[in-house]
Amino acid sequence: MSEQESLYEQIGGEAAVNAAVDIFYRKVLGDARINTFFEDVDMEKQAAKQKAFLTMAFGGPHNYTGLDMRKGHAHLVSRGLNDSHVDAVIEDLGATLRELGVKEELIAQVAAIAESTRNDVLGR
Amino acid sequence: MAIIRYAKDSYELEDDQSVLDCLTHRGVAVPFSCRSGVCQTCLMRATGGTPTEASQQGLKNSLTLQNYFLPCVCYPETDLEVALPDDADAQVVIPATVKSLRLLNDDIMHVELECHAQIDYRAGQFINLFQHQTLGRSYSLASVPYEDDHLHLHVRRLPQGLVSGWIHDELRPGQTVEIRGPGGDCFYIPGDTEQSMMLIGTGSGLAQLYGIIRDALSQGHTGPIHLFHGSRDLNGLYLFAELRELMAQYANFNYIPCLSGDDVPAGYATGRAHDIAFEQIPSLKNWRMFLCGHPEMVRVTKRKAFLAGAAMKNIYADAFNVSQP
Repeated sequence: MSEQESLYEQIGGEAAVNAAVDIFYRKVLGDARINTFFEDVDMEKQAAKQKAFLTMAFGGPHNYTGLDMRKGHAHLVSRGLNDSHVDAVIEDLGATLRELGVKEELIAQVAAIAESTRNDVLGR
Repeated sequence: MAIIRYAKDSYELEDDQSVLDCLTHRGVAVPFSCRSGVCQTCLMRATGGTPTEASQQGLKNSLTLQNYFLPCVCYPETDLEVALPDDADAQVVIPATVKSLRLLNDDIMHVELECHAQIDYRAGQFINLFQHQTLGRSYSLASVPYEDDHLHLHVRRLPQGLVSGWIHDELRPGQTVEIRGPGGDCFYIPGDTEQSMMLIGTGSGLAQLYGIIRDALSQGHTGPIHLFHGSRDLNGLYLFAELRELMAQYANFNYIPCLSGDDVPAGYATGRAHDIAFEQIPSLKNWRMFLCGHPEMVRVTKRKAFLAGAAMKNIYADAFNVSQP
């Protein structure tokens, strides 16, 4: 494996995102700590958003800005979204990657990217 | 350079410009978000020409078959005519003559329509039927294009329903109506013929499931096909004889009529269709799912099916959208 290979390539690119999205979304919906936030959403649209999120977290191409993150989560913050919920999502993300056999050092990098959105997601 | 046609305007694509940029730069209001082919917010449909393969990556196959694509990652070399999913003028109005009307039960009317022009549809899609120019409703197709000569609809009379009341009380054979369509992405896609299929429907949601089942069987689907049709009372379980006959004809087809009311005779499952389905088949890994009918049933069942292991791409759903009178 060349040292130049990006995180996204090392994880497996779009194929990895496609493999991860159902597993991740299923974990989120089954997670009692956070699933109330997903109670009334359109599943197709939500799955597409999860895919965009995973692409970004895997270090792939995306056009999301901090402002998008703020706008996209403001209604959830007003419903009580806080640090514990972000923790749960990052945990579910790690568990998803472990299930797919991704190495721990790569999982840590993905978690760090997800972590970097925390303040925007929580509107701070 | 390729020309992009949208509504009545034509736009020339610039070098290295995506269809999305081409349209939005000229002021066409296409919603978008990620601009990298992931979020699917900008979904459009090619009504002429062929979208690039790359612009259909990751879309559900029932969408790619209808020429949907993502304009943000579409760099075509040939001309395209495009429309937004909600553009009504993406479809032409087709006149159709009413061939027959007959009641399937107390409140569901079987409507047979002969189109005056060719209409390409798949069993399970819907059309819009117009009482007059500005008053139309969507009805699912129960017919199979290569088996039935005409379009078949199952129209349930809704309380104070303007169009359904008109169909039940005033429409007569020989009359000509206007329709538009088809639409909808809840249909059988050939392939994976051994895959197990579960179909859950309530009320006249059976219309499209009946079309989908006959389509799948005719196309040689060999995997088990389980239909759970639910109603409160016996009167709601229409097409009972036809479905029993289909079950006798095809060993892999199983019909489970479900009654959620109090008075359940022998031979019927007791409870709501989706509860019975999950009870009988708790794990849905690798299953293909079709869910049609009451919006709340469809919403809840979609989620339960996904949590029971069905992949999102294998869940096809269509909820009734009842217009307020």
